[in-house]
Amino acid sequence: MTAALLARDVTREYALDGVTVPALRGVSFTVDAGDYVAIIGPSGSGKSTLMHLLGGLDRPTTGTLEIGGRDVSGLDPQDLAKLRNETIGFVFQSFHLLARTSAVDNVALPLVYRGMRASERRRRAAAMLERVGLGHRLDHRPNQLSGGEQQRVAIARALVTDPQVLLADEPTGNLDTRNGQAVLALLEALNGEQGVALVVVTHDNEVADRAHRKIVMRDGEIVPAS
Amino acid sequence: MRFAEAWRVAIDALRANRLRSTLTMLGVIIGVAAVVVLVAIGTGTKQQIEQQVEGLGSNLLIVLPGQVSLGSAPSVSRMDLSDVDAVSKIVGDRNRVAVTVASGETVAAGNVDTFATINGVIETTPQVFVRSLARGTYLSRSDVDTSRRVAVLGWRVAKTLFGERDAVGQQITIAGVRFRVIGVFAQLGQSLGVDRDNEVHVPITTAQRLLGTNRVDGIAIKAPNREEINDLSARIIAELGRRHPGTEFSAVTQEQILGVLGDILGVLTGVLAAIAGISLLVGGVGVSNIMLVSVRERTKEIGLRKAVGARPRDIGVQFLLEAVLLTTLGGFIGMGLGIGAALVVAALSPVPAAITWWSLALAFGVSAAVGIIFGVVPAQRAGRLDPVVALRTE
Repeated sequence: MTAALLARDVTREYALDGVTVPALRGVSFTVDAGDYVAIIGPSGSGKSTLMHLLGGLDRPTTGTLEIGGRDVSGLDPQDLAKLRNETIGFVFQSFHLLARTSAVDNVALPLVYRGMRASERRRRAAAMLERVGLGHRLDHRPNQLSGGEQQRVAIARALVTDPQVLLADEPTGNLDTRNGQAVLALLEALNGEQGVALVVVTHDNEVADRAHRKIVMRDGEIVPAS
Repeated sequence: MRFAEAWRVAIDALRANRLRSTLTMLGVIIGVAAVVVLVAIGTGTKQQIEQQVEGLGSNLLIVLPGQVSLGSAPSVSRMDLSDVDAVSKIVGDRNRVAVTVASGETVAAGNVDTFATINGVIETTPQVFVRSLARGTYLSRSDVDTSRRVAVLGWRVAKTLFGERDAVGQQITIAGVRFRVIGVFAQLGQSLGVDRDNEVHVPITTAQRLLGTNRVDGIAIKAPNREEINDLSARIIAELGRRHPGTEFSAVTQEQILGVLGDILGVLTGVLAAIAGISLLVGGVGVSNIMLVSVRERTKEIGLRKAVGARPRDIGVQFLLEAVLLTTLGGFIGMGLGIGAALVVAALSPVPAAITWWSLALAFGVSAAVGIIFGVVPAQRAGRLDPVVALRTE
């Protein structure tokens, strides 16, 4: 069975004012289908860069990266967009919901780029909101929802495309402890029920400890878990 | 992404910033309205002049001595009444030939006087030109043959001399010589800048005696149909040339006059439209500017859309549609304003204005094109945004 994510000797360098800055110095690991992995490390450790690579938002400078079994090195921006749409679900620290758009339309957004009909989009988005416990808030706008509710809308949006991998970047970072726990519990439940691989990027050890596996980053490299 | 969906997103985005969208559109609105109004005025003026030239009568051929070109001073005529008879013979119908000797003279009745154009004519004038009488009768053949001192007054001359009183039957003097008024023309207005209500028609024989001349200034022929005009023109010029060796004669048709005037007015309308077009261009630059601002403001949104699967093209189309929507909406409003302004101008001022479908189509087409041209750069910029950078923007 192919891994949901596979990284082999992945490096990523940035050119800043003519100076090459290495952000990743050769990273190798796999995330299997249905796996639950935490990527943890202090800021500047390269974990955000890694997340962008794993999400198909960026391509490695060298090394091999496979997302959903596809090598991203040969993909152009069009193909990468399609790959993200079909394979990856993103959950961000700051939710990234469209402000003037209802919860159900926010959730349906990825389906827009599949060319799906509006009625079908709404049906699926509503079902997904129901699943995350917001069936009664379909037509609320983000500013009418609490932070926890907004993050659940974002989770519904990430899952509405039925992706192989859910990438959560500090999903609890903007939430209080209670709401943070609830969001993590929801992510874990979805991971267990739907078999979607869950990758949580965090600097919080408590969050990371809940994962099946921890990948600890430091200075652009994976270091053994302490 | 479906096209309808892209439209919906574009409309939403414009509604989110209503004041800004309106102000941005204003540039396009003013530009399009200016194009529509100025083209309407140009077209209206052209139509008015065409009507005036055609209003003289149909299938007219005007024979004048000398080389005729628009704006040149007329040469002194060497034609006389025998030439008129010769032309009548060629045409084969005296009723299709009109003639004039003209001079500016003082016309007086009692202690009121005015300066008018005295036209010495023959009785056929109403058959050749479009002229109708408000009162009385026109000159008769016997008036011409016996040099009677009778006159038909233009509308303004009659009004100046007699006010609301009936001029028919009254005595007037032309250059001090007594005449009896037998008719008054209906009001006609201007033709090519000449006030045709300021004319007095008298028998040509009487006029020649009054002016101490036997010359004829010009001959007008009403051809039986359009096809015969050129043939007739050639035969008349040849005959006159034979009768007056060494003198050149020319014949102009209404079509030739219209052709020259039409060219001039066409250029004028074009220049006006181009000037208005510049303001449309400025409006387009404004759209471009605002779209660039909009792309910058919505960087986060672009990043998110890309993260969930929007291709560069989807984002580009979204912003391009927004720009096109701005300009076409502005174009529509500008068209409405332009039509309204043109109607007001036509109704309240002497300047004529005529709305033509092509000016509307052009204005709309150009405003849509402006949207595309000035929307492309911001749209490309949006489409090419790196999603990583876009998502990081706060």
